[in-house]
Amino acid sequence: MEYVATIGLETHVQLKTASKIWCGCANVYGSRPNTDVCPVCLGYPGSLPVLNREAVKLTVMTGLMLGCEISRYSKWDRKSYFYPDMPKNYQISQYDMPLCLGGQVEIDVDGAKRAVRLTRIHLEEDVGKSTHFERSSGVDFNRAGTPLMEIVTEPDMSSAEEAFAYLQALKRILLYGGVSDCNLEQGNMRCDINVSVRPADTDKLGTKAEIKNMNTFKGVFRALKYEIERQKKVLSEGGEIRQETRRWDDDAGVTSAMRSKEYAHDYRYFPDPDLMPVVLTEEQIHSWEESLPELPAARRARILSEYGIPEYDAGVIVADKAVADYYETVARLSGNAKAASNWIMTEMMRALSEAGIEITSTKISPDALADLIKLIDGNAINMTGAKEVFNVLFSEGGDPKKIVEERGLAQVSDSSELESVVRRVIDENPKSVEDYKAGKKVALQFMMGQVMRITKGKANPQVVVPLLKQILDA
Amino acid sequence: MNAKYSESAEHIDVRYVAHLARLHLDDAEVEQFQGQLDDILDYIKKLQELDVEGIEPTAHAIPIENVLREDVTRPSLEHEKAMKNAPAERNREFIVPKILE
Repeated sequence: MEYVATIGLETHVQLKTASKIWCGCANVYGSRPNTDVCPVCLGYPGSLPVLNREAVKLTVMTGLMLGCEISRYSKWDRKSYFYPDMPKNYQISQYDMPLCLGGQVEIDVDGAKRAVRLTRIHLEEDVGKSTHFERSSGVDFNRAGTPLMEIVTEPDMSSAEEAFAYLQALKRILLYGGVSDCNLEQGNMRCDINVSVRPADTDKLGTKAEIKNMNTFKGVFRALKYEIERQKKVLSEGGEIRQETRRWDDDAGVTSAMRSKEYAHDYRYFPDPDLMPVVLTEEQIHSWEESLPELPAARRARILSEYGIPEYDAGVIVADKAVADYYETVARLSGNAKAASNWIMTEMMRALSEAGIEITSTKISPDALADLIKLIDGNAINMTGAKEVFNVLFSEGGDPKKIVEERGLAQVSDSSELESVVRRVIDENPKSVEDYKAGKKVALQFMMGQVMRITKGKANPQVVVPLLKQILDA
Repeated sequence: MNAKYSESAEHIDVRYVAHLARLHLDDAEVEQFQGQLDDILDYIKKLQELDVEGIEPTAHAIPIENVLREDVTRPSLEHEKAMKNAPAERNREFIVPKILE
């Protein structure tokens, strides 16, 4: 029997604010344990939370970027549970009146474009971090009170590929908006998965399993691949899926059921008496909307029309905001938009991935890359030399013109200078000359290569080829 | 205990609520609180007599909204002070009984 999967994701995103959501403690990663803490985020009796305006703004900006309806009235609720990482014994969250409703994220899986609908986005506080030891657990509250946005999708995806594409698209938009650093290693984005499987000939959704606390996109992909197959197997053998919370074991590559005790939750939500509702006016929302940066789709369209590069190039460049910023500077300064995209998409991306760094930390400034392109366009250097200059720039930085001089990479275009080399190559390779005269095109390329070898790659091919032909055909 | 939510508008499941609040009650206490809570519920039910047609629900009794602070940091508590009430401490962390995952 054919089966189809239904997937929904709840993604937690830490917002990029200076201070925590309810108190003035710094919202930073990597401090020594229990450094950025105060009576509010430690949950001391008698302390009172005061809402950080920036956290509201960043959540609303996210909602605007994702086409959500922004609530004019939203409120705060207590979600009660006992766990040592939550010292108040409740988490402040938004239950029935979140800041944003609806919205969608456009995804593209192998060229097939569609939208994943969102249910809501609400704002809440992150909890502390616990580390489990042999006989005890340790708790660090630095993370407690980090503003945390929860983005909930409709059960709208049907494959691991779609879920992966959704997370990537979401991350791209969040980075564009500057609302979060989206650094997965630092736990800026974490995700819970809901997944069920049903026979293809029915409409009724199957019983779902929840997979909690995923902290890599690759993990989400693999967990879904595994879990969908597991559920299909259970159903095809006549079994039943239990509604349960499962844990993903990344090393073993399997999901396993958590004991029922751990998820028998009844959160007893009720309005938080310490926090007043948030009421947003049209003017406020509009002014935040004005501050939104250009989003990927709009930027892609603009880059296409402004620089006239191929659609594929525009797609690759716009995928990362920092790359797009870099590209536009190089394209503008060099006056050669296509060369700019070629260099970035090939040499730059390769070098970055080999070095394992982002474009923001490269030593080649956009000015330097633009200068290099100008040197090529002005015939001052050929491609072989340019690649060498690029590698020097990438590892050391500097000025391309100086590097060309220092390394003697300037292109030789003077035909009288090149003629002696060409004649030498012809004299030394009688077999190739014979082949050429017999009509073998490769022979010409071979001799061209010999000229490049003798000139250490500095000969201008556009001068050498006609020169070779001229002498050979004479 | 995988308790099921079994209360209604008429009745509070005292054992279940006690479990959620991590309170241990003996049988006599359950009976005592059952009576008291049922009385409270009856009292609250009086509100149902009111005509609330056209009145927006509210979560607060006072009409104050948008109590916000600017996104600026303030000094945190000194680490030593923050740990002062910790029942146990190791490597700057609060030590608690092992949490079963």
